[in-house]
Amino acid sequence: MNQLLQTVPSLAAKSRQQIRTVALIGPPNSGKTTLFNRLTNLRQKVGNYPGITVEQHTGVMAVGDQEITIVDLPGVYSLNPYSEDERVAVNVLNGTMDGMPRPEAVLLVLDATNLTRHLSLAAPVIALGLPTLALLNMGDLLTKRSGSIDAVKLAGDLGIPVAIVSATMGTGLDAVGRFLQQADSPAHTTLPILQDVRECRKWAARVASESDYRPPLPPAWSRRIDDILLHKVWGPLVFMIVVGAVFQTVFGVGQPLSNALQDLLTEMAQKAAPFIANGFLRSLLLDGIWKGVSSVLVFLPQILVLFLFIGLLEDSGYLARAALIADRTMSFVGLNGKAFIPLLSAYACAVPAIMASRTIENKRDRLATILIAPFMTCSARLPIYTLLIAAFIPERPVVGVFLGTRALAMLLLYVLGFVAAIGTAKMLKSSVLRSTSAPFVLELPEYRWPTLRSVGLRLMDRGRVFVQQAGTVILFMSLLVWGLTNLPLHQGHPPALEDSVVAHLGHFIEPAIRPLGFNWKIGVGLLTSVVAREVIVGTLGTLYGRDPQTQSVSLQAALQHDLTFSGAMALLVFFAFAMQCTSTLAVVRRETNSWMWPAIQFFYMTGLAFLAALFVHGLLSAIN
Amino acid sequence: MRIRLSELEPGEAAVIEDVVLPESERQLLIRFGFFDGAEVRCSRRAPLGDPVVYSVDGSEVALRTETACRIFASPVDRKACERTG
Repeated sequence: MNQLLQTVPSLAAKSRQQIRTVALIGPPNSGKTTLFNRLTNLRQKVGNYPGITVEQHTGVMAVGDQEITIVDLPGVYSLNPYSEDERVAVNVLNGTMDGMPRPEAVLLVLDATNLTRHLSLAAPVIALGLPTLALLNMGDLLTKRSGSIDAVKLAGDLGIPVAIVSATMGTGLDAVGRFLQQADSPAHTTLPILQDVRECRKWAARVASESDYRPPLPPAWSRRIDDILLHKVWGPLVFMIVVGAVFQTVFGVGQPLSNALQDLLTEMAQKAAPFIANGFLRSLLLDGIWKGVSSVLVFLPQILVLFLFIGLLEDSGYLARAALIADRTMSFVGLNGKAFIPLLSAYACAVPAIMASRTIENKRDRLATILIAPFMTCSARLPIYTLLIAAFIPERPVVGVFLGTRALAMLLLYVLGFVAAIGTAKMLKSSVLRSTSAPFVLELPEYRWPTLRSVGLRLMDRGRVFVQQAGTVILFMSLLVWGLTNLPLHQGHPPALEDSVVAHLGHFIEPAIRPLGFNWKIGVGLLTSVVAREVIVGTLGTLYGRDPQTQSVSLQAALQHDLTFSGAMALLVFFAFAMQCTSTLAVVRRETNSWMWPAIQFFYMTGLAFLAALFVHGLLSAIN
Repeated sequence: MRIRLSELEPGEAAVIEDVVLPESERQLLIRFGFFDGAEVRCSRRAPLGDPVVYSVDGSEVALRTETACRIFASPVDRKACERTG
């Protein structure tokens, strides 16, 4: 073996200092997040590291009578800064991350059932010279599957204290408190050359064998489950059943819950109305703020239902298998199997779908997935689709009783969105987002029972992130639209809708949308529906309701009176493509941590919508 | 005899000799246990034939054929298979 070794500098003088910040580091799948949740007991904050997409989790842990901040670093296999995650870990540990003090100690989490592999991360961490405690997680599984490790020998070899713990069961964790009260720098020890990954691995294998590490028996029952779930015939069958169940639940359970929440929020506003003085304040509070907040909150049930499913699938280990099965098909458009679940979720709502794209480690694939997700026909498009199809497409049988013209039109709109997504993916993946240096590597974890605690924590985490981040932007946009419909003031009163700034804007953009067959009212609808697609139905209702000519008829009849067939079809196509959803834009901004991507997405999708609507209107007008 | 990792059938094992991929891809594969000298066993194929799941260092890792065909290895004979398995 190459004997080019280095020795850790002694920092004895610096040791025994007061510990305020401690970093939690470990490879992916080492149970680091579960441990973080255990130690902090939910007292945590989620944010992004400045300038990059890596999420930053910090929490507080009580040790004795003082509080210690725990920084949960991204899961990494080494400290060679190849990926963004690794750069973050290195920068935080070296104290070169903006706005983050250098941690005074490190908790190194390693999977005890996978120790030979995970130990290679110990070398670069110990080399930092910070007081470090190695936590061999999943100690219960190791014993259960007849594996063993001599923790005392391992501690001697590494020069740092070692504790065998189980984050899931909560055992052995008192060692963390003891360590943080009396943390010493690592003892002198020999380490491999850190830049040489192979040497690190050889060193890890040697240390493991010197510590009498007996790896656990292969998880026989996990393989047996895979014999079925990855079977040539049963595998895809189970996969389709799971996919169907996710889709059905998000639609069948999430949607009614969303509707119920919408009714509840509307009723609350009505109940509150008499207690607020009529006029400006009531309008601002109820029409501006409350409506804006509600329009975000109603997405929450769908998001939680979806993340409940994803949580169960991921924690049980099935998500990795689903990605394996879907990979072949996804590779045709240049994406990998991990993009499947996010894209499927986007049929319900792009917001949770984009949040679910976190499971894709490859940044370019993840970005491509985020950018195409809003093309999938989400539930917010259904109100305007239903309205226009009912008003302009007569119901006639196409395939006997099974398929009528209206159902066919709806189906075509779904296909249209799907084709746009696939085409865009293909375009992105063969140009700006081509992945050259990241092969598809997928680890299949052992099957485990998901725990209520871990799934529950994930739901709370995602729910909180959504309400906080998307909520602030949506609130701002709703207030803006509310302001524009209520300005300019006439003798202290809001104007009639036709005199409002919004109506002026509608007239202003009318020349641009006239070639698509839209009038200024549709234009106002397009403007207000930038907040959320379904808003156009409400806006058109208000506008036609105030017009004396169409006051007495239903919205359907009003549209038939005001819009040509080709204009209506153009409007449908416009909605299939256009990016009208501030919640989505806000989430894209959050997930990509830049305004550039949501801006590109907005202009690309809306530009495509404009051209497609122009084409449809021109074509249909020429035929008629 | 030198074969490509992608030529392994489920149940067969091989010792990796050479990974002919760009440096960053090699680094990534090393982290999952694919490097020269490591013994890898083919566990199963995905239902649609690709990717293929390999058993390496006690864990199950899937690679696409496009990656596995750039990894060269020497097959482990059947007796050695039985001893380690």
